[in-house]
Parts: sequence; C-alpha cells; structure tokens
Amino acid sequence: MTRVFLNFALILSIFTSIACVDKGGNVATTNTGDTIKVGVYGDLTGQTSSFGQSTKNGIELAVEEINNGGGVNGKKIQLVVEDDQGRPEQAKTVVSKLINQDKVQAILGEVASTNSLAAAPVAQEAKIPMITPSSTNPKVTEVGDYISRVCFIDPFQGSVMAKFAANTLKAKTAAILGDVNSDYSKGLTQFFEEEFTKLGGRVLAKEAYTQTDPDFKGQLTKIRNLNPDVIYIPGYYGQVGIIAKQARELDMNMPLLGGDGWDSPELWKLGGAALKNTYISNHYSAENPAPEIQNFVRAYKAKFNVEPDSLAALAYDAAKVLADAIKRAGGTDSAKLKDAINSTSNFAGVTGLITIDSGRNAVKPAVVLELDPAAAKFKFKETIAPEGAGSTTGTAANSNSMMSNSNTNAMTNSNMSTSNSNMNSSANMNKSVNTNSNR
Amino acid sequence: MDTFVQQLINGLTIGSIYALIALGYTMVYGILRLINFAHGDIYMVGAYAGFMIATSLGFAANPSALAFGVTLLGSMAIAAAIGMAIERFAYRPVRKFSKMTTLITAIGMSLLIEYLFVFIFSGTPRSFPQLLPNENITLFGNATISTSQILIFVVSILLMVVLQYIIFKTKVGKAMRAVSFNINSAKLMGINTDFVIAFTFALGSALAAAGGVLTAQYNPKIEPLMGIMTGLKAFVAAVLGGIGNIPGAVLGGLLIGAAETLVVGYGSYIGIPSTYRDAVAFAILILVLLIRPAGLLGSNVQEKV
Repeated sequence: MTRVFLNFALILSIFTSIACVDKGGNVATTNTGDTIKVGVYGDLTGQTSSFGQSTKNGIELAVEEINNGGGVNGKKIQLVVEDDQGRPEQAKTVVSKLINQDKVQAILGEVASTNSLAAAPVAQEAKIPMITPSSTNPKVTEVGDYISRVCFIDPFQGSVMAKFAANTLKAKTAAILGDVNSDYSKGLTQFFEEEFTKLGGRVLAKEAYTQTDPDFKGQLTKIRNLNPDVIYIPGYYGQVGIIAKQARELDMNMPLLGGDGWDSPELWKLGGAALKNTYISNHYSAENPAPEIQNFVRAYKAKFNVEPDSLAALAYDAAKVLADAIKRAGGTDSAKLKDAINSTSNFAGVTGLITIDSGRNAVKPAVVLELDPAAAKFKFKETIAPEGAGSTTGTAANSNSMMSNSNTNAMTNSNMSTSNSNMNSSANMNKSVNTNSNR
Repeated sequence: MDTFVQQLINGLTIGSIYALIALGYTMVYGILRLINFAHGDIYMVGAYAGFMIATSLGFAANPSALAFGVTLLGSMAIAAAIGMAIERFAYRPVRKFSKMTTLITAIGMSLLIEYLFVFIFSGTPRSFPQLLPNENITLFGNATISTSQILIFVVSILLMVVLQYIIFKTKVGKAMRAVSFNINSAKLMGINTDFVIAFTFALGSALAAAGGVLTAQYNPKIEPLMGIMTGLKAFVAAVLGGIGNIPGAVLGGLLIGAAETLVVGYGSYIGIPSTYRDAVAFAILILVLLIRPAGLLGSNVQEKV
C-alpha cells in the first residue's frame, strides 16, 4: 500500500512541477480599422525575465516614437503583449493566442532560442511574419520564410569568442560549461569548439548543467583538474553569475567567457566581484559614442530609468525594421509584408546596419565587452566583423568611429579580421561615457 | 584525492540542505501519514522571507553575523507561522476525509504558494544579499571549502541537535512521539493532538526556511519555483532514509547530495552524463521502493488494512 501510495505521490508531484498557469496578457480593445496590431511575446516573469522586460521596453520605446511620428501609413501600431514565463510550451500557446484571438498582423519575440523555436512553427503555419530580435540559434529562421531576425547567429557569435580567446587572450586550452536544455547554449558550444580547434586551441572538457541545478561546483571541480586557460560558459545570466562566483570560490581565476545571454542588470547582483576577468560577445556597446546609439540610450534611460542592454537595443531595432517593412509593403498583407521584411537592406539600426540575408538572418559585427563588476558596466573591448563582410557592414553605427583607417582596410583585405581597439582611445571613451551617465 | 574530497564537500553541502528539508517531510509523515507537498515551497518561502528581512532592514549594506542571525531566525519564525497557517486552514478541515484528499490538497497548496509568489514577486530571479563574508579555506592540495559551506554544515548540525533535543527531551517532543505512534490513543491520553500537529508543521517549516536562507548564502539566486526540484529531492531523501524516521532523513539527504555531485564528477567514467544528476536521485527512489520500501533506516511495519 505504502509503495503504491508513494509512487502515486511521486507521479502527482511531477505533474505539479510541470503544470503551468496562464497569466493572460494585457489586451487593449480598440477598433482595428486604423491600427496595426503587433503581437509581442516574451519571458516577463520567468527565469530569464530580464530579457523579456528589456525586449518589451525596447519595443515600446520604438512604437511610441513611431506613433508620435504619425504612425505607419497613417495607422498607429498597437501592441499586444503576452508573457510566456520563459517556457517553450507556453511560448507556443501565447503565440497561438496572439494569432487566433488577437488577430495580430505581425509578431515580435522571443529572446531565448528554445522559446522562439517552439513558437515559430505556429507563426509560419498561420503565415504571420515573426521577427525575433535576439534569438541567435541558426535553426530559428530555418523554420520558414515568415521567420526572420535582426541579430547575428551563433556560428558567428561562437567564433567571435573563440577568436578572442585564441588571438587576444592567447589561450591554448579551454573548457566549456553549457546549459543542456538550451538550444542557444548547445549551438554556441558547438561553434566555439569548432573555431577554437581550427585556431589551434584544444577544448579539454565539455561539461553541462541544467537551470535548476542547486550548485555548479561538481562540474567546476572537474574542470579545475584540467586547468584550462579559459572557460567558455554560453549560458543565461541567472546561472552564469553563480557559476562565476563558485568558480572563484574554488580558486579558479582564469578568464571566463560568455555570450549575449549574460547581458542583464541582474548579473552584477548575482556574480558580484567574481565577474572580474570575464568577457562576453554582444550585439552593441552602450558606450559607443555614435550619435544614433547615444540618442537611443538617452531616450531609453529617460523612459525606463535603466541603461538599455543589448536585448533592448535589438528589440528596438526589430520594431523599427517591422515598421519600415510595413511602410514598404504598403500595408499588412502577410505575403507582401514577409517579402518586405526579408528584403530589408542597410537599415540603420542602433545595433548596426541591418541587412536580412537569404537565410533571413542579419549579418552584423559583434563586440567583445569586458565586465567591470566594480562599476557594474560592460566595457568595450573590441569589434569583430563577420566573415566575408567588408566595410559595407563594418562601417555601420556599430563599428567604432575610432577604428583606424588601416584597420578598416585590413578588414576588407582579409575576410576575417579582428580590429583591436587601442587602449588609449578605449580608455578615453569610457571616461566620456561615464560623464554622460550618472549610474 | 583532493578532487574527490572536494566533490564530497560539494555534495555534502547540498546534502545538508536536502536533509534539513527532508526532516520536515519525514516528521509530518510520521505524525499524519501525509506527504506535505507544499513543504518544498516553504523552503522557497523561507528564502524570500529572509530576503525581505535582509533588504528591508538594510542588512545588504552592512552585513554582519548579527544581521545573519536576525535574518535566519526571522525567516524561520515567519515560515513556522505560514506552516501552521497552512495546516490550520488547508489540511485540518480535510483531515477527517481520506488521506488522498489531504494529499491532493497538499499539491494544490504547493501550486498556490508557487504562483502566489510568482504573482507577488514575479519570476525574476532575485539575488540574496551576502550577509557574512565569504572566504575560501584551503584544506589540503586543491581541496577548498568556503565559509558559506562551513556555515551550512555548522547551522544544519546545530539545528538537528536542537531538533533531537526537542523530540527526546521535552514534553511536547514526547507528545509528538506519542501522536506518531498512535494518534487516537494519544488523544485518549489527553494529548492535544491538534496542537502537536501544528507544532510539528511549525518545526518542519522552520527547518526548511533555515535551509532556504543557508542556500541563499551559498547560491544567492532565489526565485519562486526554486522549491520544486529541491523539495522533490528532499522528499526522495526522506523516502531513502525511511520516511517517518528522523536520522534516516538526515542520512538520506546527505546520501542524495553526495550521489548527485559524484555523478557530476565521476559519472562520465561509467557512461552517465553529468546532466543526469536529477535522474540519479529518482533512480535511487525507484530502487528503494523496489528493494527496501521502508527505506534504509525505516522499520517494516505491517499496515492494517
């Protein structure tokens, strides 16, 4: 009896852990005649909710600017925001709701690739264009021609960090600690390893964790034995802060490397001083003095009272790209709108010039940022241009104005180049930004 | 060797937390024959209570041992009160019905607490302020232990000693043992069983809250669903040790913690990927239920049907 009872209890308890609650979204009722309904879905209350909040903020700022400027083709954009709690199954549900109940004409979201991958087939099937601002896993846009993105993809992002490790940090060996349930993390692990090996480095160990792990010292102790030059941790901010902290507790003081998943104001609270000597690849640097970027940073700060992270910047760009495409398509006819989005070319966004390629991905340079826990800031380190992209994309708002001519030439000559920022100008830039931002 | 010791320390650290939570499962089961599924969430409530105390009293800015003590005891008191309230308003009214009714109420309670906290605090992970300085102490070779790990060991051992004292040396402890032996006879002997049950819930909840605050010092990320997995593992620990058996819960907790970490550290040598750490806990549960349903230290009592 006890045994049956306990078994039953266990099964029930597993159900409770996967049960989910639909929180519903905030739907404003208006006449759809003179508005364009755009659905936004993201993680507003889950494990990665800082991503969802930043994305929502970025989109809201863009839409406010568009509507204040008279809207698109005389119509205002109306947002319908849904929370997916960071769960793939919930992402699918809310996107179905956005399409079937709210009758949105386009969709913006998600950040986490796993969630975008869950929802994208729904949008594709309904033929509703979906732009993901910041899902970097290549599989996302492979779902179909209605799915596109305004960010670079993981083969590039992974190779950026591998190059930085091998060329700038002169690392010979690396260990990778990835999130086993995240497509984003799995992709980056693979691409980092490929590029790092190609550059002559050796990956000594590939360890994995899950987001619910109570601690990471088991994996870290294992890595410590191999004593790699760097550890690559392609995860999300909720875990990586703790991982950094526990690594330092184990006297592992080598550089830790990560991706855009680290970018969150919460990271500083979780990781603290342990984040010294860590570097991430990212989409843009808020320290970039280019006026497009600084105008955005100022407007964002004025509205939300926080510094925009790269997810906010990408979301802002995604909304602007969508508005631009609606304008070019002359309306929201889904096939025309899709074609307009996919033919976006040299759109000047905050995160650089956006050109959607044939794979419906944006080809853009990435920046490497150094974490400065004392100031809770990401400091610009260098820009790495994508393969095959000459100065056409390199000279976008994102590429640094301080980049010397010789470097720009080098970029056009070799199809793979790293433009090291020289230390003096980088220091100057930090100073000038610090005076602007009183954070 | 030092790596093995290091992994063992890592494992026993989380094992101690599992043990603290498992005690609550096992005590409530011992007395009511009820698996209190909301117990894992009390662990989370404890961490949040500590977070609220520490941030509202400004301990984040000036951490001290006193601040830690106040946070720990305060969160234990709050969790004890919540545990008693749950018992009073959710379980007591349905206690007279079948055990299944209470069990399902417990599952409902668990979901209610989780999503109430998502509603109030949102699911954003919060970072718990560091209240005691965290330093590393090198034991030998590469093996290190951090002060937050030592804190977990010391406080949990202390709490277990206190618990042992309460159960075996005090009047209310005697009453608890009597109720767990036979609730009806205990009632006939003039024991206020309602009080004893409420007290048991308070005690278990306080221990879980202590686990929550201690974990938060070690791994400062707290979020409303943090109690699900940890609670389940603590439940497995209680079953492994023999549910209803207090030393068994401690032993089970330490074993699960160690097994989990050793799987991460050495599992790949025998073909178990490190991400199977959760699966290992449940594999152990299934094995225990098959081979020794009463658990390691549990006695096989014939149930009257």
